[in-house]
Amino acid sequence: MIRNLTNRIILIVVIVALALWIDLSSEVNIINPISNEPFFTRSVAPRLGLDLQGGLQVLLEADIPADQQIDSQSMEVAREIVQQRTDALGVSENAIQVAGDRRIVGEFPGLADTDSVLTTIQQTGLLEFVDTGDFAPEPGTILYTDYSPAGGQAELPPSGEVIYHTIMTGAELDAVTVGQDQLGANYVINFRLKSEGAQIFGAHTSANVGNVLTIVLDKQVISAPRINSAITGGEGTITGGFTYDSANAFAVQLRYGSLPVPLKIVETRIIGPTLGADSLNKSLIAGSIGMTIVALFMIIYYRLPGIVAVLSILIYAVITFAVFKWFHFTLTLPGVAGFLLSTGAALDANILIFERLKEELRSGKNLAQAVDQGWTRAWSSIRDSNLAAIITSLILFWFGSTFGATIVQGFSLTLALGVAISLFTAIYVTRTLLSLFLKIFKPQNFDRWFGI
Amino acid sequence: MIDILSKRYYYFLFSLLVIVPGLIFLAVDGLPLSIDFTGGSLFEIAFEEGKTIGTEGINAIYESVGIDDAQVTTTNNGSVLIRSSFLTEEARNQVVTAMEVESGGSVTVISFDSVGPTIGAQVASRAALAVGVAALGVVIYITLAFRKVENAFRYGVCAIIAMAHDVAVVFSVAGVGARFFEWQMDALFLTALLTVIGFSVQDKVVVFDRIRENANLLRRLEYETLVNHSIVQTLQRSINTQLMTVEFLLLALALFGGVTLQEFAVILLVGLLSGTYSSIFVAAPILVLWEKREWTTWFRRRPNP
Repeated sequence: MIRNLTNRIILIVVIVALALWIDLSSEVNIINPISNEPFFTRSVAPRLGLDLQGGLQVLLEADIPADQQIDSQSMEVAREIVQQRTDALGVSENAIQVAGDRRIVGEFPGLADTDSVLTTIQQTGLLEFVDTGDFAPEPGTILYTDYSPAGGQAELPPSGEVIYHTIMTGAELDAVTVGQDQLGANYVINFRLKSEGAQIFGAHTSANVGNVLTIVLDKQVISAPRINSAITGGEGTITGGFTYDSANAFAVQLRYGSLPVPLKIVETRIIGPTLGADSLNKSLIAGSIGMTIVALFMIIYYRLPGIVAVLSILIYAVITFAVFKWFHFTLTLPGVAGFLLSTGAALDANILIFERLKEELRSGKNLAQAVDQGWTRAWSSIRDSNLAAIITSLILFWFGSTFGATIVQGFSLTLALGVAISLFTAIYVTRTLLSLFLKIFKPQNFDRWFGI
Repeated sequence: MIDILSKRYYYFLFSLLVIVPGLIFLAVDGLPLSIDFTGGSLFEIAFEEGKTIGTEGINAIYESVGIDDAQVTTTNNGSVLIRSSFLTEEARNQVVTAMEVESGGSVTVISFDSVGPTIGAQVASRAALAVGVAALGVVIYITLAFRKVENAFRYGVCAIIAMAHDVAVVFSVAGVGARFFEWQMDALFLTALLTVIGFSVQDKVVVFDRIRENANLLRRLEYETLVNHSIVQTLQRSINTQLMTVEFLLLALALFGGVTLQEFAVILLVGLLSGTYSSIFVAAPILVLWEKREWTTWFRRRPNP
């Protein structure tokens, strides 16, 4: 039957142990035994989708004519900006993704205050020119300034942080272009200011030659050039070792305040927290009732192999859940349905094999031959049928991802993953466990042990 | 051995009886497309105990923000469901504020779905494409997987006919559901439909695979007997997999899984059942019918079966 049974069992035990470790903890830590420092850390907290814990989903679409091409880079920049803005609101676990070539989907699970997020997303970013004296902050640093957009009180920084003075905002910019310096070696940014801005800028640069003028987008430093000379004509140049790409990216940020493409909200879904919790409980109850009935059926009908199948389904569930937690896949309600269906597919593989096994036993083969034949003969059906299921799941996933229909995505992902893992458990785990059980029990009465 | 195939025309009749009524409902009532495909808003709210506003009040509030097609229904658990055309974020805020003023209590948002009109149309066309691509992918796959069998192409075509049968059954169920339970075709319906397609093919492959295997072993048998043989051999598996496991799981989901998944679970339940049924009672009989070229005798006097 199986020659290297011990090796197989060891492998299964190791996989199940690893999976259980991930299932039962919210963080995986491996500590370096010599230095006692964490060697490897990964958070494996389960992620519940909007439909299970409530929250907000918005679909944003580039607000430009449909026949106009948008390059993927600007969509990515826009995505980053939306991400930064909503991160600043202190919303945890939000996920912002580009969906297709002109849409961005944002998900905020567990969010109660949906209004503030929606307003923030639609704002155009705030570009500020800040006087930081002699200090040149690194790009990405968060600065606190004395400017507030609504004309009200500026946000108070944590104590100990310096508040810098904002000279003017991006509203004063008239035009921004990318050019090359006289030597033609480096790219530079040329800008022109509106008349009021030109005056403010002229006065400031005349008085502060040698100081740093930091450019801040949504309170985050994007560049900190030094003032080389007074700029009084309303036109100036920013140098700083730009490449062609970085100069263009920077120009885009200056030009549009922030968003490289204007965005509008085309779809909003809000799910209240009570509805989410209710769905979670009900689907869990439904799942366990269904699974219990199915397990009972398998054991009563297939006897010994039935018990093995139920065991391998449990192993399958343990592994699938671990894969979900490890890769931070979001669990959604259709995802639960997809999981149950793929459990069906996993059982189907077992049933195909067991039916074959019984047939072979009835036709008078001995046990070892019957087990071998059961697997080899059922394999082509299992392979072809599961591949067909995976093909459809992939098409569904593609459909879901172009429209930010994360519900569809979640379903197809669980289905595909479940089918793939179920192939492993049906072919490898069930067979190994069955061989082990047969070795231990040495059944003689096929009628009783196999229910033929 | 049970003779399944000889009664094939009764099975076709039975399928028609299942499919036609629902399709008539769909033809009469139109496709019950949800806002996922048509665009629009679905707003579910709950008023504070004893501080509710009537349907006219809600309609008036909606009209004040320029929307005059609001339809208000009350759900079983006392919340209010309002369907309307696309509601922007500002309009929604205005509506909630106006409702709070009018009712004198707070208004809880249970759920809010709002889909812009252009996006809905795009989803609908892309969905049709997804179904088409899935069907095509499957025919190619089956033709390839059965390339060593005589007339491999027939198996692919029969799988597609049976798949079309299952899609028709799913639509029929949706039509009946729309007429009697106010069901709608939404993104989840589409998901269910595509799943039915996937599993339907899976089922056909299992039966066809048995035919493929038997064709090598039992060369002398007549084709009809061979196919009948193969069906009977896989019958136990079909019953156990579909009825006893998958259908039980879905039934549990339909009964206890809460409103969100109920419709989805029922459609999957019927669709997957149809998938199993059609492998045995549609796809296999058509294979035989094709082999015997039975259409040549359809309009003559039927020979005794």
